[in-house]
Parts: sequence; C-alpha cells; structure tokens
Amino acid sequence: YPQWPYCRKRCSYCNFNTYVVPAVDEVAVRACLVREALTLLRLSRLHSVTSVFFGGGTPSLASPRTVAAVLEAVAGAVHLPAGAEVTLEANPSSTSTSRLAGFRAAGVNRLSIGVQSLDDAELRLLGREHTVEEARKAVEAARGLFPGRTSIDLLFGLPGQSRDAWAQRLEAALGLCDDHISLYQLTLERGTALAAQVRRRALPAPPQDLVADMYETARTALVATGFRHYEVSNFARKGALSTHNLSYWRADQYIGVGPGAHGRFAPRGEGSHSREARVQILEPVAWMREVQSQGHGTRSRMVLSPLEQLEEVLTLGLRTDEGVTHERWGHFSPQLSLQDVFGAPGEAQALQQQGWLLLDGGGLRCTWAGLAVLDSLLPDLLWQLQR
Amino acid sequence: QEKLDMSTYPVESIRNFSIIAHVDHGKSTLADRLLEITGTISKTDHNKQVLDKLQVERERGITVKAQSASLFYNHEGINYLLNLIDTPGHVDFSYEVSRSLSACQGVILVVDANEGIQAQTVANFYLAFEAQLSIIPVINKIDLKNADPERVEKQIEKLFDIPTDECIRISAKQGTNVEKVLQKVIEKIPPPQCNPADPLKALVFDSTFDHYRGVVANIALFGGEIAKGHKIVSAHTKKRYEVNEVGILTPNEQPTHKLYAGQVGYLIAGMKEVTEAQIGDTLFLYKQPVEPLPGFKSVKPMVFAGMYPIDQTEYNNLKSALERLTLNDSSVTVHRDSSLALGAGWRLGFLGLLHMEVFNQRLEQEYNMSVILTAPTVPYKAVLSSAKLIKEYGKDQITIINPAQFPDKLSVSEYLEPTVLGTIVTPHEYIGKIITLCQDRRAVQKDMLYIDENRVMLKYLFPLNEIVVDFYDALKSLSSGYASFDYEDAGYQSADLIKMDILLNGNPVEELATIIHNDKAYTTGKLLCERLKETIPRQLFEIAIQAAIGKKIIARETLKAYRKNVVAKCYGGDITRRMKLLKRQAEGKRLMRKIGNVEVPRDAFIRVLKRESDK
Repeated sequence: YPQWPYCRKRCSYCNFNTYVVPAVDEVAVRACLVREALTLLRLSRLHSVTSVFFGGGTPSLASPRTVAAVLEAVAGAVHLPAGAEVTLEANPSSTSTSRLAGFRAAGVNRLSIGVQSLDDAELRLLGREHTVEEARKAVEAARGLFPGRTSIDLLFGLPGQSRDAWAQRLEAALGLCDDHISLYQLTLERGTALAAQVRRRALPAPPQDLVADMYETARTALVATGFRHYEVSNFARKGALSTHNLSYWRADQYIGVGPGAHGRFAPRGEGSHSREARVQILEPVAWMREVQSQGHGTRSRMVLSPLEQLEEVLTLGLRTDEGVTHERWGHFSPQLSLQDVFGAPGEAQALQQQGWLLLDGGGLRCTWAGLAVLDSLLPDLLWQLQR
Repeated sequence: QEKLDMSTYPVESIRNFSIIAHVDHGKSTLADRLLEITGTISKTDHNKQVLDKLQVERERGITVKAQSASLFYNHEGINYLLNLIDTPGHVDFSYEVSRSLSACQGVILVVDANEGIQAQTVANFYLAFEAQLSIIPVINKIDLKNADPERVEKQIEKLFDIPTDECIRISAKQGTNVEKVLQKVIEKIPPPQCNPADPLKALVFDSTFDHYRGVVANIALFGGEIAKGHKIVSAHTKKRYEVNEVGILTPNEQPTHKLYAGQVGYLIAGMKEVTEAQIGDTLFLYKQPVEPLPGFKSVKPMVFAGMYPIDQTEYNNLKSALERLTLNDSSVTVHRDSSLALGAGWRLGFLGLLHMEVFNQRLEQEYNMSVILTAPTVPYKAVLSSAKLIKEYGKDQITIINPAQFPDKLSVSEYLEPTVLGTIVTPHEYIGKIITLCQDRRAVQKDMLYIDENRVMLKYLFPLNEIVVDFYDALKSLSSGYASFDYEDAGYQSADLIKMDILLNGNPVEELATIIHNDKAYTTGKLLCERLKETIPRQLFEIAIQAAIGKKIIARETLKAYRKNVVAKCYGGDITRRMKLLKRQAEGKRLMRKIGNVEVPRDAFIRVLKRESDK
C-alpha cells in the first residue's frame, strides 16, 4: 500500500493524513517511496505480492512515472504476478483520458474514482473540486480504459439529505457505474470543517433512523441489480471484488509505504515471526528524512499478541459476507476452533438466536440484518473471546 | 530529622492568613507562587497546585481538603512566620472554609480580572467579614487578553466598600507583583492576639489519616504551647490523648520541639479515627479546660445515596474501602442498608452532589472499587392497620427505609414523612425564584425577614425527601450560587405516599424505585423516564421505559432500537483505532448492569440525577 499524501485541497469531511502544499518535490518523494518499499519488502522476507493499492491523499496527482517506479521496484524485489491487481485512487479532476492511459501504461489495471455524490450542491457541501459532469466524464473515461475494473466511491447520509434525494442519487449512480461500488455512510469526524458546521448547528445533524433507511434502500437496490454485498460498505458484480481490500479483512499480511501508511507483517529479516502492527511517520518531510537516513520511516511497531491477532481477525472478518472461515480462524488459533470459542452457550449463541449471527460449516458470519449493526455485536463477542 | 525551634518567632512576627476566591480565580496558583518566593519549594516548571495532594483534586482542578503551609520571609530585617491556610473552594464545603478562617487574622481575596466578582467571592467575603478579618483584595490574571482590573476594582469598592487603591493587580501564573502581596500581608494583617503564657487552646481545622502514625490533626494555637508528652483533651469527645509529635507544614511535615500561641501546624496524639479530631473542635491540656472555640458544628449531610457492591462477593472489599476512605473524610455519614435485588450495602450522606461525585471517584481511583449507586431513601413511617402485619412486626408503627419494605395502602391507616425546618439566606433579587422552588417542593413558609438592605432570610418547613437529592444544587443554581441553606430536624407529618417503580421492558430497576408523595408521582415519573431515555445506550431491540405505581403505568418513554451501527470504513489505516475503541467497549460491558435484556450503565442513577442539576 503506497501512500501519496498530497491533495490540492482538503474536503470538508476529510480527516486523513494528507497535506496541501504549494509544490511537491515529486522526484524526492518517488525515490523515498521506492527506497522504503524495497527496505520493507526485504524486511518482511515475503516472496510474492498479490496486489498493490495506491492510496492517499490524491494519488492521481502523482505522475505515472512515480507509479511505474514503485511497481518496477516491487517487481524487482519479489514475485509480482502478471495479473496482480494494481489499483489507483483517483479524483475526477485529475483523470483525463490521456492521464489515465499513462497510468495504465505504468501498470495500473484498476481504478477507484472518488465520485462521492452526483449532485452539484452536495459536492459543494462536501468541498469537492469537481462537478457532476466532470465525474461522469471521468467514470466514462475510466470504464473505457479499465472495463469491469472501475470502482466508484459514494457517500450517503449528508446533512440535510432527504430520503428522496438519496433515492435519486442512487438511481443516477446505478446508471453510471461499472461493476464495483463503495458506499459509505458519511461520518462526521472530529476536527473536520463539516463536523464543526453541524456542531454549531449551521447544518442539521443527519437523523440516525433516516440514515439507517438509506443504507437499507441502497443495499437492497444494489443486490437487486446483481451486486454482491461482500463487505459492510462494498458491492461488486461479475466477480469484480477488490482483492487488495479483501486482504485487510482476511487479516493477510500487507506492507504500508509512505507517510502515515499502516502495515501488518512479521519482520522475518530481523528474525521475528510475530505479526506486527506498524505505522510510518505521518509528516512527509520528517518521513523523507528518516527514509533517506535509515531506509524506512517507521514511526511505531507493536507486536500483536495471539489474542490481539484473533481480535482483529474476528472484527474484520465479520465485516464481510463470507465472515470468518474455520480455515482462516484455525490459521491464527490452532488450538481453539470457532466452535470452541463461540459454539458453547454464551453471547454468540444468544446473538444467533436473535438472528444476528450464524455459526455453521461455513464459519462465523453476520446475517443480512446483523451486518448493519455489527458494532453492537462486536463488544459482546470480543468479551467472549477474551474469556 | 532535626527538630525546628519555633520559639524564635514571637507572636508579633507571625501572620496567619488564608486565600479565598471563587472557583478557578487562581487561588491555588497564587499559593504555588507564594511557596516559591519564600523558598519553601524550589522554583521549577512543575509547581502546579502544590497544595492539592489528592489525585481527584489535581484532575478536577479543585481543592477538596484544606492544607496549610508555613512560610518564612524576611522583610526589612525581620524574620516573619507566615502561615498560609488553604481552603476548599467549593460551595459544598463552606463549613470547612469558616473553620479555616477562624484560625486566621486576614485573608487574601482573589478575584479574576476578567470574570470579576462571583458567587463564591461574595460568600467567602462575608465569611471573612463576619469573622472580622483584614481583607487584602488581589486582582489576578491581569496577563490575559480580556483582563479589566479597573472594572473589577470598582466592583470591589461598590460591593465590599474597599477603596480601589487597596487592590493589588497580579498575575499568579507569571509571578507579577506577587511579592507585593506578601509585603501587604505583613503590613496589613495583624499578628494573632494571644499569649503563650495562657493555658493551651488549639483549634482543629482539618485532619488526615496516616496508616503508620494515626490521625494527623491540623491545628492553630489560640493560647499556650504544646509539645511532645503533653496530655490533651478534646472538647467535643471529652477523650484524653498524649501528644507524640508536633510540627509545622512546609507543606510537608516538619517536626518541631514545640508550637506556641499564634502558630499553625500539625499534631499527632494517638487518635485512631478522624472522627476523634473533628473540624472545629477545641483541644486543651488535661486538668486545664478552656472555653471551647465557637462555631463548632456536627456535620450535616445534604445528599444521601445507597451504595452497593457490583456483586455480593465484593461486599467485604467495599466495606474496607469505605472504612479507609471515610478515615480521611469525616463529613461522610455511613449507615448500613440492604436491598432485595442488590443485597447488603450502605446508605451514605454527603455534603452535596459534588462531594458525592468526588467520593465515588476516589473510591474508583484510589481503591479500584466500582459500585452501584441508588436513589436515596429517607426514613418514612407507616401506622399499620392490618392485624397480620402488626403481629409480624411486633408493633403498629414501623419505619421504612427501603422501598421494598413499603407496605400497601390497604394495610396502612396513615403514612408519615420526616420533615426539616430549612433556613435560606439569599440576596433579595432571587426571592421570587426561591419561593417558587420551595413551593414546588411542598414546603410551607414559616418566616421571612430582611437581615440587611440586600439579604433576606426565609424559613420553610420541608418534607426531608424533597431536599435530599438535588434541592441544594437547584437552590445554588437559580441564585447563581449566592443563596445558602441549612436545616434542622422537625419531626414527622402525615403524607399521601406511594411507591413508584421504574420498569425497563417490564422488568423493575431496583436502584430507581422510590417512595414519593402522590402529588409528585406523575411529574417525577415522567422526568425519570425521560432522563433514563437519554442515559441508557440504544440496543438491538426497542426498550419501553415506564414509571409504575403498583400495576398502573403512569409515564412512558420508548428508546428505539439501533438499525445501523457499523463503522463505514475499515481499511489499513483505520484498523488500529477501531480495535482500541471496540476493546474499550468490550471492557465497558463488564461494568453494565443487566435488567432483563437491557444493559444499564452502573452509574445510571448519578447520571440521571446530574442532568437535573446541570440546568
């Protein structure tokens, strides 16, 4: 996961580790991304990489040369299969056909476009840089170059958004999209401009029940149109799931490269077999300095205990429709099976009886209804796991 | 450790003073600076609230227990002994403040240069004024942007009749002009009027408990001298003790050979419990009794609550934690109590809501105890008419402490409730609101008179249960803190009482069951249901919150089920944060009470209560 931490402006709802600067020394950043990627790959002693995801910030602001450089470095260090998924996140305002073609030539084979809304007034509320028309053109261009492998991001539950307005957005989106949609409930994060506006009542807070309705409507409509609801916020048809994101939810190993990027792997190069939670230095200038002197700019690393790993497996796995399979659980917990932990009388059984959860031959997963209230189920399950 | 010789400080070189102020006006910061200037503590960046030793004091930024410190300062060639007696800053503790002041001859009155005179400024001023102390007005925080010292000086002149040129403008944080304050203390505050040749007369103005040495009492000598080996007597308990150690506080304990009249320090004399050294008590030498110092009061609790362990297996742990915590807080009254659902526990009396919260917080922080707090009880009486019950109890009039014991109307010929005669002193602009408040609490006015051109005294007969929980805080709130309240027992009166239950999805929440007057049933029930709706977290099913009298539902609120509760994004960068939050919630589950299927926070009662007094 290489992180490109720069944007042209900050959207009103964003609290990511991204920076708006007058000029970016792309050559320097590129060199550091490459260097850190190589250092960490070597440290992990991994043999192959199954997917690469360029996130940020706005990765489409970087040049295709940077993308190519990072991919070449990865391919040189480990086995990067020909069909490995390589995703680039893009803003509609930096996705002309020619630009996209450049990224494709550099090795990108999947595009995720931050559409967010198909209404100009809503886009202004969100502080986005583009218009609906620009978004449409961008999606069309993307679908031309990455057919079946274009995804769009959408937000719902905006302050002041009505049920009908959302229904219209959904219809417009369905008319426009390719085979993958990421649908996010707007979360008002502390410290963002949008949250401040809601707090001082300049904007209405979205009513909880209305937002719940919007989610239900969307899920149902998407499934009816042939999409598989494979994760809380992600939908795909014709098998166009995001391999990369699945690896987060399946608790596979991943390496985060760049300012603020997160990783989960065991640094076998240092002789350790313990999976660690790692974060790279947040601030780009500080990060670059460290990469230049030490080869990588890791801010913190924490060994995850077997219990902590299982807690992650459970919390993330239950977000997907396949849930946590017996096999995956067994990989992290050879002694105690899912049945041992959650099959005995206790919280999990109660939740099953209430219709939120299923434990069977396929593993442990949420029901359709359970997925929407997963965070109400997890504390009970974690408590049961801890015991 | 070398013992200090205190005889080198004659009475003329002693100044006993206190710093009084409204909350957050900078009393503790000024104390820190004075300690630094006199070399009592070294000047570092870390001197913050040096006299606030309790964790809860430091966290909340308040002073709960009084401390004292003896400072040595040389001014124009003379070595002075300056005794700074710190005072609690919160309304709940005005009795403690008045006792500390009686050990002083003057006060530094600190007023925030922006906020100006506030409720506590006035209340404390009057306490000092009535005690005939010299008052040095100090205007603090002049370094801040909105400071307007001139305006505040005029307020002081108008309200307290102190000329503006007597005010000293300081910044305690930066140290500006603080030395001037010290000099003023020496110049303006008189030395104590007392004689070391007189028989011993010492005031106890605070006490703490030390596990190795027993009770450490803070004393001020009004006459005579005291040293190790002396035999002393407490005027209140009449018990006799032998002095083990005397000393001064700098602010840590520093033993001395003796303490002389006019001096302030501490004493250890084999007392085992702080109730043996009550605030306001007088100590004298055995066989040489003196007139006790005036103003001693036995503590009067204003707020009561039931306290139970989370689980009966924790009973003994909670018992010893309570014993130890009350060792250091003699103003909490403790009685045993019990409940059907919650088992064996206690009914505790506090000086106010803040006192109760601080106590609860200390229980958690210092003793690692989590408890269930319940709705308070007062002792009701019932005159039984059912032959069966009379036989069962062995008498025809019973006392009911627990709602569970409440006998049905059919078996009772008369219910009785305890009453108190309450005295309220307030500035006249609040009379209207206060009268309304009292009427709302079923009180009957007994007297009203002006005590000066601004202040009125009201006497009302209150049912005790109407004031036990939040009357005091409501009174303070609607008078901006300026009104004061006191009460005394006034016997029992007939009352139309009922027992009200609170139900969650049909299951009773025992902690919230109350015995109340029929007139108040509907409003109280509705209020409790509404507050509960805001306190209980949403769950996966709908929750019906009801108030009921017997089988009759008199109020209802509905808490709807969660329909969506799952975080939208969970990718690489979000996972760590997510896990932390979820694990904290999983931890929180352990502390929830389950009523049927419904999870209720342990401290639901305190939170339901607190919302009311926030207004």
